[in-house]
Amino acid sequence: MSPLLEVDDLRVEFGRGPDTASVLNGVSYHVDEGETLAVLGESGSGKSVTAQTVMGILDTPPGRITGGSVRFRGEELLGADPERRRLLRGESMAMIFQDALSALNPVYSVGFQIAEQFRFRRGMSRKDAMVRAAEMLDLVKIPNAKQRVREYPHQFSGGMRQRAMIAMALALDPELLIADEPTTALDVTVQAQIMELLDELRRERGMGLVLITHDLGVVAEVADRIAVMYAGRIVEHTDAASLYAHPAHPYTRGLMDSVPRVDDVSGAPLRPIPGLPPSLSAIPNGCPFHPRCAHAQDVCTDEVPALREVGSAHQAHQAACHFAEQFVAQDPDRPTTHEVVSR
Amino acid sequence: MTQPILSVRDLVKHYPVTRGVVFRKTVGQVRAVDGVSLDLHPGETLGVVGESGCGKSTLAQVLMRLTPPTSGTATFEGEDLFAKRGSALTAWRRDMQIVLQDPYTSLNPRKTVGDIVGEPFDIHPEVAPKSDRRRRVQELLEVVGLNPEHIRRYPHQFSGGQRQRIGIARALALRPKVIVCDEPVSALDVSIQAQVLNLLSDLQREFDLAYLFIAHDLGVVRHLCDRVAVMYLGSIVETGTAEEIYGRAAHPYTQALLSSVPVPDPSLRGRREAIRLEGDVPSPADPPSGCRFRTRCPKAAAICAEDPPALEVRASTDHPAACHFAEPPHLVRAE
Repeated sequence: MSPLLEVDDLRVEFGRGPDTASVLNGVSYHVDEGETLAVLGESGSGKSVTAQTVMGILDTPPGRITGGSVRFRGEELLGADPERRRLLRGESMAMIFQDALSALNPVYSVGFQIAEQFRFRRGMSRKDAMVRAAEMLDLVKIPNAKQRVREYPHQFSGGMRQRAMIAMALALDPELLIADEPTTALDVTVQAQIMELLDELRRERGMGLVLITHDLGVVAEVADRIAVMYAGRIVEHTDAASLYAHPAHPYTRGLMDSVPRVDDVSGAPLRPIPGLPPSLSAIPNGCPFHPRCAHAQDVCTDEVPALREVGSAHQAHQAACHFAEQFVAQDPDRPTTHEVVSR
Repeated sequence: MTQPILSVRDLVKHYPVTRGVVFRKTVGQVRAVDGVSLDLHPGETLGVVGESGCGKSTLAQVLMRLTPPTSGTATFEGEDLFAKRGSALTAWRRDMQIVLQDPYTSLNPRKTVGDIVGEPFDIHPEVAPKSDRRRRVQELLEVVGLNPEHIRRYPHQFSGGQRQRIGIARALALRPKVIVCDEPVSALDVSIQAQVLNLLSDLQREFDLAYLFIAHDLGVVRHLCDRVAVMYLGSIVETGTAEEIYGRAAHPYTQALLSSVPVPDPSLRGRREAIRLEGDVPSPADPPSGCRFRTRCPKAAAICAEDPPALEVRASTDHPAACHFAEPPHLVRAE
């Protein structure tokens, strides 16, 4: 059986002429039913553009899809009939965004916006659709759903708006949910509530979840598999446990050494990655990470490292680094939290 | 212990809620800061953590004399901070500077980096003679890790992390004793955030600075701060050394906050104690009676609605916590 979603060698450019920005340079990943794939990366790494291309909501122009393929249950989506793609959106795949306030329409009540889908896709009457909308709000644990369904987005708190957006995305029972930084604008206590809700809904419905985030902590708590992006490429891809225990790409290792952890008692200085991410209109030759990499050799400036298998036989682990094997072998045991705590 | 350089007692800042256009009348008060006391000692970092709307940024604004307090006192090196006027106020501003959160809106896009970092010298010409300014600005740029040759560039030519360095250079220009850092790294990517945090630590050592470090990221605060104050709805609910707060938090809010922070280690998944708070922070315009946290508190009892708990050391704790039932977490973290 083919996976739920397959992205293969996706390439996207923005603009024309000498300033063309290569935003995606061959991104491939797949998501199965009921699993959580986390796409981890910093600003400008291409994680959101990938999701927009998958959903078919990338603005073209300025964006331009120059290659690759996106398949949903084996069906090619790039170049598909726009009407077919419109049908798939909401029905089969849905997306939630970081900023719920700007994603919701301020002049319609929250319930009305959820009910629209039931009216136009399911042919329900206004009244029935509003009842279903209230049920959806109840599903995402909004208290007094029956009353709140008539309220407007500005009357909701940040966490509640995010819940309302999740309700809207799940209204037509999609098989795939893409969550683009769903908790970045929220406080930690609310973030924890929302992540728990997403995880619960995914389990109940057997949904595939693509979680786009920059937060290594959030990823560690919910992801099954993780794809790390840098400069429009996936530089490392493996299951959550392997990634944190044996990061194979120097960029991933750099990220982990950069995060001040709430459970770190050592007080040791952080070891940040030097320099800045490259401009996407002037990505360095060879490995895009080599100007910031402490281990860069001549080969790194000449040859783009392919994303290849570096793990053991029983553990799929891919990394795009010429020296990935050395890093995996070098420190089989990075200090885990328990060791840090007991030290 | 040394004398605190900055000492704040019962600081209150209320903003009126008004209704009507012609006949404006006050219908309520937003209690942004409601009785905050703290001490900052020379050379130390005091972290103020809390979620959005807890009043931590208002606290910074009041202490910077950007907005007047409703009541309360603050002394800087023993002198009344809020009584300073005219030249005394100007002179004090040399000693206390601020770094703001958003490196995009806190720098004037029409000024060069040289103008921005040099502006403090225009206001306080006694610090550097005109002939010396260019050199001083270039020195500052070098100190914060920017290329001194870039003095003629404009803010848009820099990345977010570099802009935050410009903001830090500007704050350092007058050699202050205290820098208020209001969420200085929350707009930055992880790898850049670590660079700026290390820079702040280095500068503290080099110039013997005291930081009042305001942030919502508990990991960042633990990394940088000697002492921590946790704020909720305008008040400090718990305060202590970083070790006391992170190791033996006694207030249920602090405990919930700490347990909500995701830890980047999948092997701890499901093994950490999870305290999930219900609902949202109440409005500071209409805070709950008694203990402010009682509406979301798992330990709330009848006494909590009537009697606001004082911020004090209790029998079961070794540091001040504003909770009738303060006690260290009963569960030890997963072994």
